[in-house]
Amino acid sequence: MFTQQLMNALAIGSVYALTAMGATLIYGILGILDIANAGAYLIGAYLGWYIYYGTGSIVLAFVLSIVAVGILGILIQKFIYSPILAKPNTLSIIPLVAAVGLFTMSSDLVRLICGPYSLSYNFDFGVTSIKIGPVVLVPAWILIFALTAVLLLILWIILNKTKLGLAWRATANDPEIAKVCGVNTNNAMALSYILGYGFAAAAGIMVGILYNSITPALGEVPSYKMLAIIVLGGLGNPLGTVLAGLIIGFTEVFLSAYTSIPIPKDAIAFVVLIIMLLIKPEGLLGQKNKI
Amino acid sequence: MNSSYLFSILATASIFTLLALSLNIITGYAGQAMMGIAAFFGIGAYTAAIITTHDGNFLLALLAAMIVSGVFGAVLGVISLRLQADFLAITTIGINFVMAAVFNSLKITGGTLGLTTSKPVIFGLKMNNMYFFIFTTILIVIVCLLITKMRHSWFGMALASIENDPGAARSFGINVSKYQILAFIIGTALAGLTGGIYSHRMGFISSTDFAFVVSIQIVSMCVIGGLGTLRGPIFGAVVLTVLPEVLRFADNYRELVYALLLVIMVRFMPEGLLGDDSPVWKFLVGLFRKIKPRKKTRADLIAEKAKAGEYELSGEGGQA
Repeated sequence: MFTQQLMNALAIGSVYALTAMGATLIYGILGILDIANAGAYLIGAYLGWYIYYGTGSIVLAFVLSIVAVGILGILIQKFIYSPILAKPNTLSIIPLVAAVGLFTMSSDLVRLICGPYSLSYNFDFGVTSIKIGPVVLVPAWILIFALTAVLLLILWIILNKTKLGLAWRATANDPEIAKVCGVNTNNAMALSYILGYGFAAAAGIMVGILYNSITPALGEVPSYKMLAIIVLGGLGNPLGTVLAGLIIGFTEVFLSAYTSIPIPKDAIAFVVLIIMLLIKPEGLLGQKNKI
Repeated sequence: MNSSYLFSILATASIFTLLALSLNIITGYAGQAMMGIAAFFGIGAYTAAIITTHDGNFLLALLAAMIVSGVFGAVLGVISLRLQADFLAITTIGINFVMAAVFNSLKITGGTLGLTTSKPVIFGLKMNNMYFFIFTTILIVIVCLLITKMRHSWFGMALASIENDPGAARSFGINVSKYQILAFIIGTALAGLTGGIYSHRMGFISSTDFAFVVSIQIVSMCVIGGLGTLRGPIFGAVVLTVLPEVLRFADNYRELVYALLLVIMVRFMPEGLLGDDSPVWKFLVGLFRKIKPRKKTRADLIAEKAKAGEYELSGEGGQA
């Protein structure tokens, strides 16, 4: 029973980490709390569904959906966020308001175009469950573990082993100095958005397969829970985000399995967040001066 | 259009105007990112509703709503000292979600069933939409007068300096912590008062009335109108209350249009339609100046005379 819950928590935590990763990458460079990332997650899940049913290939669904949503991300960054940030004296809540507007738009467009009802992936793994000793594994969990690991590995390689990744880290550290040193900060921003929105799209498809149902309201819960996770992880710190995603996943699963607290599951993330912020205001792995 | 429908819209618009003004004190004047005003709106609404359902007086219930909400606001104000900009924004979002969950699960707030209130009687008048509109409008006028007075007081100037640059304000010896907490108390107390009016005008409240979406609506009102001005939130609140009614024929597309407008606004005019730097506002001011030119000050007269070459502007010019 305990190991079972542990695996469950790990699966949910992985999905959270992946969903919040996009928002983290974007915050790391642009300092925007991009709620619209949950819109990318929603659009990714729907695009994936159409591609899967059009071609019958789940791999193609993942790849095409990630690429298409990533390109959408670049467009949004170029035509909406960058001009807003370029204006002097922008209040910090202005980009957040833009993000909320974009997110609402994406949810509503999906509802109008694809219909308000839920769609099912009905993805067939070939086996219904795998037994390892006392633990029963659902195949969807294995897919999530594997994909999360692969995507995080790709992210790690891009950020740490490529020139573009170096530019990203330099820009995240100090955009002014990076620019002076000849780093193309525009490329770093574009990288943030293509990776950020691409990750969100992948997470959307995974959740679609895991729960076998996607609706236009799919992005609502992640839109704010994502914020709690990225702050918990120290805003803009990819490693912290993975850790925070797992912590929230574990807290949710174990609190609802072993206790009967009166607050709903989806509010737990924020209770954890508020408690943590009061003890350590810079986040789990955040640097003190980087806000 | 019949008058009861009109007054129902007017009553809603006036209540949201008051709420937008309360947010404007915290976010517009003190510059603190507050994304959870609906939580305090809710605290006030439930406090007042609980008191009047236990046969309390309506006006006393409103006062209690202000105090309870203000006390919670003071706590948030203290927390805000530790958190900056984005952290504060997310914390207030979190408080909104947690409070909505609390309203939804506590017994005293009626849980998922919500609370039903009866229409209060003030000075022998049974409050209907028209009276609620008049009552709230009187409050709006009082609040506007107080805010104008505040803006020109030491407190208002201190807030403006904090909004501009907290570090610099501190170096000038301004007690940033004190004024920041004070702004939170005033703003949330006003939100609580508005909540008390809202719960009695609606006759029924449940936790969905105070969800995060409501906070976003209020923020949108301030941003579309122009944060940090008096006219902005009032204009924004009226437009965003009337707009959904006008768009009722296109019910299916309402949310989409609303969101689209929001994105277009912050993309092209982040200072708001009637903000100090907005081209629309500058145009309106220019138009007004043409119709009614500003009364000439002494400095203007001297400048004109100097232009006409009547005397040279020199060190002794001030004697003229």
